[in-house]
Amino acid sequence: MADKPKDVLLNPFFNDNPIALQILGICSALAVTTKLETAVTMSLAVIFVVSMSNTAVSLIRSYIPNNIRIIVQMTIIASLVIIVDQFLRAFAFDVSKQLSVFVGLIITNCIVMGRAEAFAMKNGPGLSFLDGLGNALGYSLILLVVGFFRELFGSGKLFGVEMFALANEGGWYVPNGMMLLPPSAFFLIGFFIWVLRAFKTEQIEEEN
Amino acid sequence: MAQDTVGRTFGVALAVCLVCSVLVAAAAVSLKPTQSVNKALDKKRNILMAAGLLKSGESAGAARINELYEQIEARVIDLSTGEYADVSPSDFDSRRAALDPSQSEVISPDKDLAGIKRRAKLSDVYMVSDGNRIRKVILPINGKGLWSTLYGFLALDTKDLNTVRGLVYYEHAETPGLGGEVDNPNWKALWDGKKVYGDNGEVRIEVVKGQVVPGNPAAQYQVDGLSGATITARGVKDMLRYWMGDEGFAPYLDKLRDQGVS
Repeated sequence: MADKPKDVLLNPFFNDNPIALQILGICSALAVTTKLETAVTMSLAVIFVVSMSNTAVSLIRSYIPNNIRIIVQMTIIASLVIIVDQFLRAFAFDVSKQLSVFVGLIITNCIVMGRAEAFAMKNGPGLSFLDGLGNALGYSLILLVVGFFRELFGSGKLFGVEMFALANEGGWYVPNGMMLLPPSAFFLIGFFIWVLRAFKTEQIEEEN
Repeated sequence: MAQDTVGRTFGVALAVCLVCSVLVAAAAVSLKPTQSVNKALDKKRNILMAAGLLKSGESAGAARINELYEQIEARVIDLSTGEYADVSPSDFDSRRAALDPSQSEVISPDKDLAGIKRRAKLSDVYMVSDGNRIRKVILPINGKGLWSTLYGFLALDTKDLNTVRGLVYYEHAETPGLGGEVDNPNWKALWDGKKVYGDNGEVRIEVVKGQVVPGNPAAQYQVDGLSGATITARGVKDMLRYWMGDEGFAPYLDKLRDQGVS
């Protein structure tokens, strides 16, 4: 385990990416990446929740009785998610409508719980905050990459602004409808992992 | 370990719950007014979209929506008689009314095409005028789809109170990409110009399976189905049959015709 603050923050980007290597949090990565706008909002929400929950769990880690630690973590995470949801409804109503249940489902996102249990229970608040931030940013990185390609090729737009002239409005680009369906996110994540492992060969699992 | 005693466990659980509940409650209460404003604005936006005053997908700020909304007059009607009721539209909450036994009635299962079980006695309606006369009347509808109850608005042209001018859904939880395509602007555009009632006043509008055959005499009552969304499409058809029928807005539309609005 890396214990230097810089490593704790930066490792989850490529060396230990929650989606690409730990394969956590895939479901929301499929669901919210048809558009960059929702992907960005989701990323911000997850960044807030993971870093705050890690800090909070770490602060009280020596008080949490071992036998109810999962429930305590869950309560903290759920409260943070509800607060985020309330804020989105108040200040980003349209986006929160599009994200619908997926904001609530951050509670069950394995990354949040996984980091609280694996890291925050054993490390100080400062490091735990950085670890949460790093993992959430690693998650966001994938969301943004996937969202970028899905919106660009699926609707010919980026952040709702037209990039390619669309065929049904007299342009040349026929949108690839499959990009808007969940399987395309699997393909894109697969490609991402492929590219990543081409550079970081130590991530390739050994064949039995 | 010392922290695993029963007392300690309860203590920590209680403390965590208290802190978390205070935070959640504070957020919910303090943000409630902003959220209500958003909700009301969203409803207005959808009424404007049904009215065709706002293009779907067009982003408009609160000021623009409120400005456009001045062309719209809200009223409350009694569904069974079709008369205007003496209730202020701003005080009327149709969702709450549908759940309140004193303000709603049970729909007998054989008539309950929309699958909503209870119907409020009153309903809100919206009229779009261009200054001189009423051009469109917008009726709120709801009914079951596959997973959820869909809430929407249907706009009728007052020239015959029969021609559809728009259909929008502002709240549903159908499968994105399949039933969720009720939000698709291309599909919504198909509704414009369709007729609701046949020559004898029966509700004929429907969503067909596959595509409407052009040239078919029934085509003016038909809208293309949504592929992969048979049950949602059936829900849309059934709720239109219900709300346009005698249990729904037919008495009100008859009154409007008598008064010579059309």
